[in-house]
Amino acid sequence: MVSEKPVSSKERILPLVVLLVAVLIWMAVSALRIFPESVFPSPLDVANGFVEELRAGRLWDDVVASLFRVTTGFALAAFTGIPVGLWLGHHARTRTAFLPLINFFRSLSPLAWIPFAILWFGVGDLPTVFLIFMASFFPLVLATVAAVENIPSVYFRIAHDYGFNTLETLTRVTLPAIAPQVITALRVTAGLAWLVVVAAEMIAGHAGLGFAIWDARNGLRMDLLVCGMIVIGVIGIVIDRILFQLTKIPSIRWGYER
Amino acid sequence: MKDSPLVVDNVSVNFGSIAVFEHVSLSIDEGEFVAVVGPSGCGKTTLLNLLSQFLRPSSGSVRSAGRIRMVYQHDSLLPWQTVRENILLGLRDIKDESERNQQLVEMLGLIKLEGFADHYPHQLSGGMRQRVELARALIGNTEILLLDEPFSSLDYLSRIRMRNELARMLMQLPRTVVLVTHDIEEAAQLADRVIVLSERPARVRSEFRVDLERPRELTDPKVVATVHQVLSELGLEHERRQPVVA
Repeated sequence: MVSEKPVSSKERILPLVVLLVAVLIWMAVSALRIFPESVFPSPLDVANGFVEELRAGRLWDDVVASLFRVTTGFALAAFTGIPVGLWLGHHARTRTAFLPLINFFRSLSPLAWIPFAILWFGVGDLPTVFLIFMASFFPLVLATVAAVENIPSVYFRIAHDYGFNTLETLTRVTLPAIAPQVITALRVTAGLAWLVVVAAEMIAGHAGLGFAIWDARNGLRMDLLVCGMIVIGVIGIVIDRILFQLTKIPSIRWGYER
Repeated sequence: MKDSPLVVDNVSVNFGSIAVFEHVSLSIDEGEFVAVVGPSGCGKTTLLNLLSQFLRPSSGSVRSAGRIRMVYQHDSLLPWQTVRENILLGLRDIKDESERNQQLVEMLGLIKLEGFADHYPHQLSGGMRQRVELARALIGNTEILLLDEPFSSLDYLSRIRMRNELARMLMQLPRTVVLVTHDIEEAAQLADRVIVLSERPARVRSEFRVDLERPRELTDPKVVATVHQVLSELGLEHERRQPVVA
């Protein structure tokens, strides 16, 4: 009765095959010299660049800097956005009053804030944290509001019938009921935050993966640029995988079944 | 005679300008099983909401004596809690843990779900979930059970099976029961008294006693006769010249 989709070991290999083919195509294209070597680095160039960056310790510093900013901004957004969403979800009139404004900010690319971020917070961690916050906060609020609105009212009847107090209703009904949708929203916004950090660091940073890419471009080191791209992509996948683990918690799995 | 545990006294309910109930009076005896049938949208669920004190009447009064539990029409097990945790909601007022666990084990045995205490609702079939819902409502010190079309989402055979299951559980754990249903067979098979409500605004149109020990078979002549009477009352069958039961 438990619907478990078993992934056979054969199927596990499939993504690796695709990856291998992609690298082979990359190698072929660079070997054919369709683009000049200086603007189309080969996989080998990139691998060398990767080793060079690792030896210098720069890559590690950049990864730490970017991860720190994303974690801080994203955590701030989650710890404020989810409660705000809960509150708006439970108060219809306030929700009607605030939703257009929140939708407005949600539709605004966080990159539009870059000039203000620099003017207000200078250069360094703060403007990037601010931009990541702006990118994640509004979608998280909206997702939480939607999740709260979708809670079947019968669960609140049950809470009432079985004598839950306000705190118990929150911790034993509302929060578990919205958890699956909120986790999905966290995965989406974490991806968004990771996109934004790279863009923000290109302009407002003096370290981080975005800055590294910008630096590589200025130094015409396309191998290092690709190296940065690969690291960004891999970390993006890792972040999503980590958040995906939350969906496997037994008391949350129900939201993804059926 | 003891006071009736559920009394509806000349109750009217209006939602805005719509009169849902008009001067409805009803008295239900202790241990009695009353089924309420009627055209859809006639306010059957409203009656349950009145009885559970969830809704106040616009006029008249509703009195109840004893703890009330309700089983809802739609899945109302908390999906993030296991079968054990869901059933234990019904024992929240019992402080002694060993007492709670003992009652839980007995209940799991009664609903034949001994091996499923740690399963989540989504891992169970519809009939199994329905048994857990009944268990949660029946466990502990309660006197009154309100059922809002509890088996309407099940297929025909599961529905009959669940009826038998409910009748069997009530043998073990007698309760005063009000069942709201659109399934007239279900009403006739389970209830001591079938109350037919009219179109909105709802009034008690007629009531039929089923003088037969519970539990009963669906095809018992008296059950079949009651189905016929109720259907005739609702204008869905013609009166027969010969009564079904001689």
